[in-house]
Amino acid sequence: MTRYIVRRLLQAIPLLLVISLILFVLMQNATDPLATMGGRTPTRPEDRARLTRQLGLDKPVYIQYLYWLIGNDWTKVDLDGDGTAETQGKRQGVLRGDFGTSIVQTGRPVTTVIFERLPNTLILMLTAEFVIVLGALLVGIFSALRQYSLFDNILTGILFIGYSMPIFFVALSTMYIFSINFQRWGLPHLPTVGMFDPKIGKTTGQIILHMILPVFSIAFISFAAYSRYIRSTMLEVLGQDYIRTARSKGLPKREITFIHALKNASLPIVTIVGLDLPLLLGGAVVTERIFAWPGMGRLFIDGIDRGDTPVVMGILMLIAVSVVIFQIITDIVYAWLDPRIRFD
Amino acid sequence: MSQEQHVFLEVKDLRTRFHTPEGTIYAVNGVSFSLNEGETLAVVGESGCGKSVTMMSILRLIAMPPGKIVSGEVTYRDRKLLELSEDAMEHIRGKEIAMIFQDPMTSLNPVLTIGRQLTETLRTHTPMTPEQCRERAITLLDWVGIPDATKRLYDYPHQFSGGMRQRVMIAMALACTPSLLIADEPTTALDVTIQAQIIELAKRLKQDVGMAMIWITHDLGVVAGMADRVIVMYAGFIVEEADVDDLYDNPLHPYTIALLQALPRADRRREKSLKSIQGAPPNLLAEPVGCPFAPRCEFVQDRCVRENPLLQIVEGKHKAACWVDVKTGGLR
Amino acid sequence: MAQISPTQNGDLRRCCFGFAHLVFVRRRVLFTEKYSNFTNTKERLQPPSAAHPFGTDTVGRDILARTIYGGQISIAIGITAAFVEVMIGILIGALAGYFGGRIDSILMRFTEAMLNMPQLLLLIVMSKFFSGQLPNINILGRTLSGSVVVIVFIIGLTSWPYLARIVRAEFLSIKEREFILAARATGTPSWEIIFKHILPNSIAPIVVSATLGVAGAISLEAYVSFLGMGVRAPTATWGNMLENAYRYIESAYWLWLFPGLLIVLITISINFLGDGLRDALDPRSRTV
Repeated sequence: MTRYIVRRLLQAIPLLLVISLILFVLMQNATDPLATMGGRTPTRPEDRARLTRQLGLDKPVYIQYLYWLIGNDWTKVDLDGDGTAETQGKRQGVLRGDFGTSIVQTGRPVTTVIFERLPNTLILMLTAEFVIVLGALLVGIFSALRQYSLFDNILTGILFIGYSMPIFFVALSTMYIFSINFQRWGLPHLPTVGMFDPKIGKTTGQIILHMILPVFSIAFISFAAYSRYIRSTMLEVLGQDYIRTARSKGLPKREITFIHALKNASLPIVTIVGLDLPLLLGGAVVTERIFAWPGMGRLFIDGIDRGDTPVVMGILMLIAVSVVIFQIITDIVYAWLDPRIRFD
Repeated sequence: MSQEQHVFLEVKDLRTRFHTPEGTIYAVNGVSFSLNEGETLAVVGESGCGKSVTMMSILRLIAMPPGKIVSGEVTYRDRKLLELSEDAMEHIRGKEIAMIFQDPMTSLNPVLTIGRQLTETLRTHTPMTPEQCRERAITLLDWVGIPDATKRLYDYPHQFSGGMRQRVMIAMALACTPSLLIADEPTTALDVTIQAQIIELAKRLKQDVGMAMIWITHDLGVVAGMADRVIVMYAGFIVEEADVDDLYDNPLHPYTIALLQALPRADRRREKSLKSIQGAPPNLLAEPVGCPFAPRCEFVQDRCVRENPLLQIVEGKHKAACWVDVKTGGLR
Repeated sequence: MAQISPTQNGDLRRCCFGFAHLVFVRRRVLFTEKYSNFTNTKERLQPPSAAHPFGTDTVGRDILARTIYGGQISIAIGITAAFVEVMIGILIGALAGYFGGRIDSILMRFTEAMLNMPQLLLLIVMSKFFSGQLPNINILGRTLSGSVVVIVFIIGLTSWPYLARIVRAEFLSIKEREFILAARATGTPSWEIIFKHILPNSIAPIVVSATLGVAGAISLEAYVSFLGMGVRAPTATWGNMLENAYRYIESAYWLWLFPGLLIVLITISINFLGDGLRDALDPRSRTV
C-alpha cells in the first residue's frame, strides 16, 4: 500500500510540472499585473519599469517560471535597471512552499491570502457535497427499485431538467423567489448575499442562514447528475446474477438492496465522488460571485481581473494537487471496498 | 417406484410471459408437473425452451416487469406459492426451496466474503447464534469438499476456482436443509472433469440427505446417471414426460428422439453417428399455432401444423405431446 | 444500424421530440442584428410591455430582440465549439488508440493533465490569455465581436479530453477486430485504416458526445460570459446578457429571466436529443 502511494505520488510530479508550466505561460500573457497595483495604477514610465523589475517581469518567461518554481535566492537580480545583477533574490519558490506574494494585497504571502478564503469555500462545498451524495443516494436507489413506476418516470423527468440547468439560473431564480419576493410578501425570507449580516455578526446561525441558497444552487445540478448516475448504476447491479442468488436465498429486500446491491454499486459512485470533490474547490466561481460569498472562487475571479498572477497560480496549483491526492484516496477507498483489487 | 409416493410440489398450467419492446415473449405456455418427496426430476431442453423460467416462476424470481406470470398454480405442501405475499415467499426461498444457478462466476457476490454469504441464509431463516452459524458454515464447506474450510470462510469469491465456487453455491443452498433443491444447469459453465465432481456431489446429496431435486440441463448424458424422472421441454411446452429408463429406451416424441440422436454414445456404431436437429430454434415472440416443433419435425403431418397436441398419457406413466406414433409414422 | 427495429422506436420518438423542441426554440431566434443593438437611453430598464415584450436593458435595448439575436450567436457558438471539440478529440483519441505505446502514453498524460483542472477555471484563464483587443469581424453580413472566435476556440480546446478518451477506447477495441487485421494484412495505409475503417465504426458514441457537447458549449459560453470574460459587446449572446444582470435582481427580473430561461430550454432540448440518440445508436452505454 505505502509503495503504491509513493509510486502514484512520483508519477504525479511530471504531471503537476506540466500543468504548472502551461498555466504559468498562459497567466503571464493573460494579464497585466501592473494595471491594478494595489488599486493605484502606476502611469509614469520609470515607475512601471521599476515595478516590472521588482516583480521580475522583465525576465523571459522560462526564467520567471524557474524563479516561481525553485526561487531566486541562489542568484542575484537586477533591481535598479543598471544592467548588473547585484541584489540577492529572496524568493524560495513553490517547491519550498513559497508561492510568492500577492500583488493586489501588496506584500501578503499568497498562502496566507488563499488559506484565509479556503475555509469559506470548504464549508460551502463540503455541505453541498454532503447534501448531494446523501440525497442522490436516496433518490437514485429509490427510483431504481421502482423502475418504470410513475414515481420513477416523474423523477427521471425532473432530474433530466435539473441536469440541464445552468447553475446561475438556479441561483438567480431561488434568490429571486426566496429572498426578494418572500421579503416583498412579508414572509420569512433568506438573505441574498454575503456570509453574515454585518449588523448581527459572524455567528453560526447567520452563516447557516446565508449558506442555504448557495448550497442549494450548487447541490441542485450535481444532485440531478448524481441521482441519474446512481440510478443507472443500481439498475445495472440489481440485474446481476448475484442479486438473483441473494433473492433465491430468501433474504429480506432491505438486506439485498443495502448490502448486496449497494456495496457493489458504491464502487463507481466512490470514483465519481472522489474525482469531483477537488474540482468543486474551483467550481463555486459562479455561485460565490452571485451570492458574494467570500471564498476561493471569488478570490480567483478577482485575481484574474486584477492580474494577481501569484494568487491565481496558487489557487490553480492547490486544486491540481488536491485532484492528485483525491485520486489516490479514491483508489485506496476503492480497493478497500473491492476485495478483487490488491496493490501488491 | 411402484408404491404411491407423496406429492409435495405440484405445478398446474403455469404460463409466464415477458413484455419486451420487441413484443411479448411466450416463455412458458401451460406447464404442469408434480414432484414427489425425495425424487430427482430432470428438466431437459435447448437453451431458451423455458426450463429456467419455469423454475424461476415457481420461486417467483422472475424480474417483474418485464416478466409476468400470467396464470397457473404452484402448490407446495398445501401452500399456493403464486398467491403468497412477498414476505411469506421469503420464508420459502432458501429455507424450504433452494436454488443454484448456472454460472458460479457471477452468481456469488464479489464484494462479500464466502462466510458472510453462507451464514446470512442461516441468520435469516434460523434462530442460530453467529457462532453456531459459523460452525454450520464450516460443516457445510467440509461436506461439499472444500479443504481448509475454517480459513476459507474469510475469502472472497474471486479467490476460488469455478468448480469451488459451484461447491460454495451448493453449500449455500443446503444451509437450511431445504426439502427441494432446484439446480439450474449447475455444470454447464464448468470443465468436464469438474462437471463430474459436481454431479458426484449431487448424487451424494440424494443418497445421504434424501433431498428432492429438480435438475435443469440441456445435456441428456448428465440426466441418465442421476434422475428418476425426466421432463423434456420445447418452446415453453412440456413435450414428453417419463421415467428415466423409459425415456431412453422408448422415446415417444420426435424432439426427444432427435435429442437422443444428437448425443454421443459409446455403444453406438460409427455410421449411425451424431445427428443434429434441422432448422432453427422456435420463435417465442408469437403464440404458436399447431405443434411448435412441427417446422423441424421429420414425422410432421398436416394436423401438426393446425393443432397443438396436448400432453397426454401414452402408456403407464409415460406422457407425450404428439399426434404421431413415432414407431409407425402415422397418426396415433 | 441499417434497419430501425421496434425497440428503437421509442428512442426515436424521444429524439424527434427533442428536435421539434429545438426547431421551436430556434424559430424565435431568426431576427435582425440592427434592432437588437439599437439603444434608446430614454427607455432604460423598462419592465415587459406591449412595445417591449421582454422589457429593456440598462441602456434601453429591447431584450426580446437581443434574446432572439443572441440566441443565434449562442447556438452558433455551441455548434462550432462542439465541432472544434470533436475534431481535436477524434484526432488525439484516434492517434492514441491506434498507435498505442509511447504516443498513447504521452497523449493520455496530456489528456489527464487537462482533466486535472476544473474546465471553467481553465476557460477563464484562457479567455484572459486570448482576449487582447481583437477587431470585430464580418461573417455572413453580421458584425461579430472578435471574442466570439476566441470563445469558440477555447471551449473546443478545453472540452475534448472526455471525447478523446471515448474515441481511444473505441479504437482500442475495434483495431483488434478481424476486418482491421485483414485490412492491415493487405497493406492498407494507416491513415486509411483510421479514417475509413475504424472511424465509421465508432461513429455512434462520437455523434452522441458531439450532440451533448453542443449543449455543454452553450452553457459554458453562458458561464464565462456571465462572469464577464466571454463574448464582448456589441455582440449579444444569452450568456453576456446575463452579465451583471444579477446586480438588478431586485429591480429588473426580466434582465436575467428570459435569456436564462432560453438557455435552460435549449440545453434541455439538446440533451434530450443526445439522450435519444444514445439510446437509439449506442445501446451499450446507457449510463449517464
